[in-house]
Amino acid sequence: MTSEDGPGYRSTPPRRALALARNTWRGLTSMRTALILLFLLAVAAMPGAMLPQRSLNEPKVQQYISQHGWWGELLDQLGFFTVYSSVWFSAIYLLLMVSLVGCLVPRSVEYLRSMRARPVLTPRNLARLPHHAGGTVTSSADDVLAAARSRLRGWRKTEHDEGDGRRSISAEKGYLRETGNLIFHFAILALIISFALGKMYTYEGQVIVHADGSQFCNSGIYAYDSFQPGLRIDGTELTPFCVKVNHFTPTYTPLGQPLRYTADIEYSSGADLTSGTWRPYQLEVNEPLRTVGDRVYLLGHGFSPVFTVTFPNGETRTQTTQWQPVDPTTLLSSGATKFDPPGISDPEKRRNKQLAVTGLFAPTAAFSGKILTSAGPVLTQPAVAVDIMRGDLGLDSGRGQSIFSIDRSMVAKGALERVERENLRLGQSVTLDDGTKVRFDGVQRWVSLQVSHDPTQVWVLGFAVSMLVGLVLSLLVKRRRVWVRVAPATGGEAGGRTVVEVGGLARTDQAGYGDEFENTAADLLDQDTRSS
Amino acid sequence: MPIDETLSRFSDWSYNTATLIYVVAMMFFAVEQSFGRVGRLRAERTAVRRRELVGASVGGSAEAAEGTDTPEPPSLTPSAKKSIARAARFGRMGVSLLVLGGLLHLSALVLRGLATSRVPWGNMYEYIMAVCLMAVITWLVVLRKYPSVRHLSVFVLLPVVILLFLGGTALYVTAAPVQPALQSYWLAIHVTAAIVASGMFLVPGVASMLYLVRDAHEANPARFAKLSGHLPGREVLDRISYRTTVLAFPIYTFGVLCGAIWAEAAWGRFWGWDPKETVAFVAWVVYACYLHARATAGWRGKPAAWVNVAGFAVIIFNLFFINLVTAGLHSYAGV
Repeated sequence: MTSEDGPGYRSTPPRRALALARNTWRGLTSMRTALILLFLLAVAAMPGAMLPQRSLNEPKVQQYISQHGWWGELLDQLGFFTVYSSVWFSAIYLLLMVSLVGCLVPRSVEYLRSMRARPVLTPRNLARLPHHAGGTVTSSADDVLAAARSRLRGWRKTEHDEGDGRRSISAEKGYLRETGNLIFHFAILALIISFALGKMYTYEGQVIVHADGSQFCNSGIYAYDSFQPGLRIDGTELTPFCVKVNHFTPTYTPLGQPLRYTADIEYSSGADLTSGTWRPYQLEVNEPLRTVGDRVYLLGHGFSPVFTVTFPNGETRTQTTQWQPVDPTTLLSSGATKFDPPGISDPEKRRNKQLAVTGLFAPTAAFSGKILTSAGPVLTQPAVAVDIMRGDLGLDSGRGQSIFSIDRSMVAKGALERVERENLRLGQSVTLDDGTKVRFDGVQRWVSLQVSHDPTQVWVLGFAVSMLVGLVLSLLVKRRRVWVRVAPATGGEAGGRTVVEVGGLARTDQAGYGDEFENTAADLLDQDTRSS
Repeated sequence: MPIDETLSRFSDWSYNTATLIYVVAMMFFAVEQSFGRVGRLRAERTAVRRRELVGASVGGSAEAAEGTDTPEPPSLTPSAKKSIARAARFGRMGVSLLVLGGLLHLSALVLRGLATSRVPWGNMYEYIMAVCLMAVITWLVVLRKYPSVRHLSVFVLLPVVILLFLGGTALYVTAAPVQPALQSYWLAIHVTAAIVASGMFLVPGVASMLYLVRDAHEANPARFAKLSGHLPGREVLDRISYRTTVLAFPIYTFGVLCGAIWAEAAWGRFWGWDPKETVAFVAWVVYACYLHARATAGWRGKPAAWVNVAGFAVIIFNLFFINLVTAGLHSYAGV
């Protein structure tokens, strides 16, 4: 193979490049390299579980970075907070895929060849094999071979005439092992490719909808509170459908442990959209709505306290704004309901008169002194503990602000100040110094929905199942060979007519083959008792 | 669904009794392990001597090979025989106790399930209880196939007892229904597969560790000299590891796959690199490494055994660290 020494070989740059490429390819596709890459994959995936990840929890990443100074910065630079899209992680699995292809192609060729090949010739000395049995039987050589043929039904067999009346059968079984192995590896490749394609065309969006018959339509990114598009999604290709949330019912144990969340919804998709038909559906935690290739999930729920403000001029404004649960077990929630004063057209003046009702909401109120806490998630005795803020909310500042809180910088600037602090039960109200009355009127429920779209996930499932089937075949099927040789007895053996020899070889794992061999051999050597 | 307090109490009693019985069984196995050694060594020495004699005089390789298979060579001194018999009696009693403990363990699990009217693996305590039961069952199956490794039971029971103790004390929770996210038939399928596979992986984990001890001893007889005299040959340990891993690995794969299907229905995506998912993936890759290592020249034996131990370490890490320390979507399954 060392053609460098051969006559007529000249080391030209293209040849050297070719040699380099060939050696790289060989190195990359060797089992050793594949094994090392597999290890690296395991090691490289680990930081994703130990460090907060951007894709899962951005605030936690920020917190980690700010807490760990230069170390956090360094980790950020190196992509440790986006492990699964980092260069190094991608490099490892891409190399692994190349290595896999390099391993699979020659193996597939070899596999196709072996599927047409006949079982190997019978070894001369069967006694040397790991499994061996022999003896003399009274039945004829033909009978023994016929029995062997029927005993080895389902095996791939071939017969040889070895002269001097010696004949043999060589048989092999367990080809499914390699079949399964190839299926497994090809399915992994296909699975990774489908997964990657899915990342291109997937989208996912979250939205909060009031459970009072409010509607949500999947008509564009603007309809969502947050939206994560795939690389090839710009928001114009969303599947049109609408969902109406009529009612939300949580069920709890007496101790306040949740048992069941149910949202009664109606949806309209496809042809129903033009005909205006709505179909009912009961949305539950493990029961997403599946329609026109999209899925709608019930992710969470919460409360929106209803506040009515009666302004000094007698005009009233009612607002129902969702508040955010801060304690998932008791559903103590916090939020800010914001009001614009009516009847003031001058923006400058209006900005000094804006109101915000901020604070805590408890579905089952429990006061310790003046402090409000929630005793449980069930809506029995709702109460709020609110700060009423007046001034400029900063809504016109051009900066986006959270629906759940007020802009604290406006408070720091002195543009917004607290004018009242009060605990209110349902129906109670508080009057501000200028005569404005704020009443806690009621409670509305909201649900948070997630819409997901992933066109390739069915493929991924299909390949995952083929992978499993291939894996089971490749691990549990045993490739093994058996040989039977018959020869006419030379006369020395007592009462026998035919000398039978059986040999066996497990080509993969030895364990477990012994019993099968013993049974086969015993059957063939006990011809007389069986036939009589 | 109301909780049946009485059944749940009976379950707790069964659990504690089972743990206690395991501890006693462990002592019995320890007796066999330590005192059976004298007899075993003597027997081995006699067998070797006899093999040499047979090999020299007859020269028939077939007979000699058969000779090694006979478990008890005939020419033993009476005291050695007695010592072996006594140790073996302890071992057999240990197995009986192990079966008894296993039955109580099983009843603890069944009673817990009846008390809560759901599959009894909705939290870490129940999960650990089920994993340990699976490990014990796996070990009993291994014992049926390889009766000669009975005295190793003490090494398998040690992690089981530690896990049961941790489960019964630090992680214990009273019987309760599970939250809506866990109310799915996938809980029965996905978690069962995870339990079966994790429990089975414990056995190859222990066997591979013993392999490494034995290997270190064979490389340098001074190391682990005391312990290694008690251990079976490397091939036996390797075979136990491999055979069990090969069965557990597809079950584990199935479990992860079902987890992905369930995640698609519950969380809106089949794979999202949640810490639990990530570490499950890592464990899967490590066991895949083991299977490849065992088929690669230069990686068989010691390196492969290390990989198997690493695999089990990742499984344990996934159980404790991920559930108790990191915050992920699987956290509710914790305490």
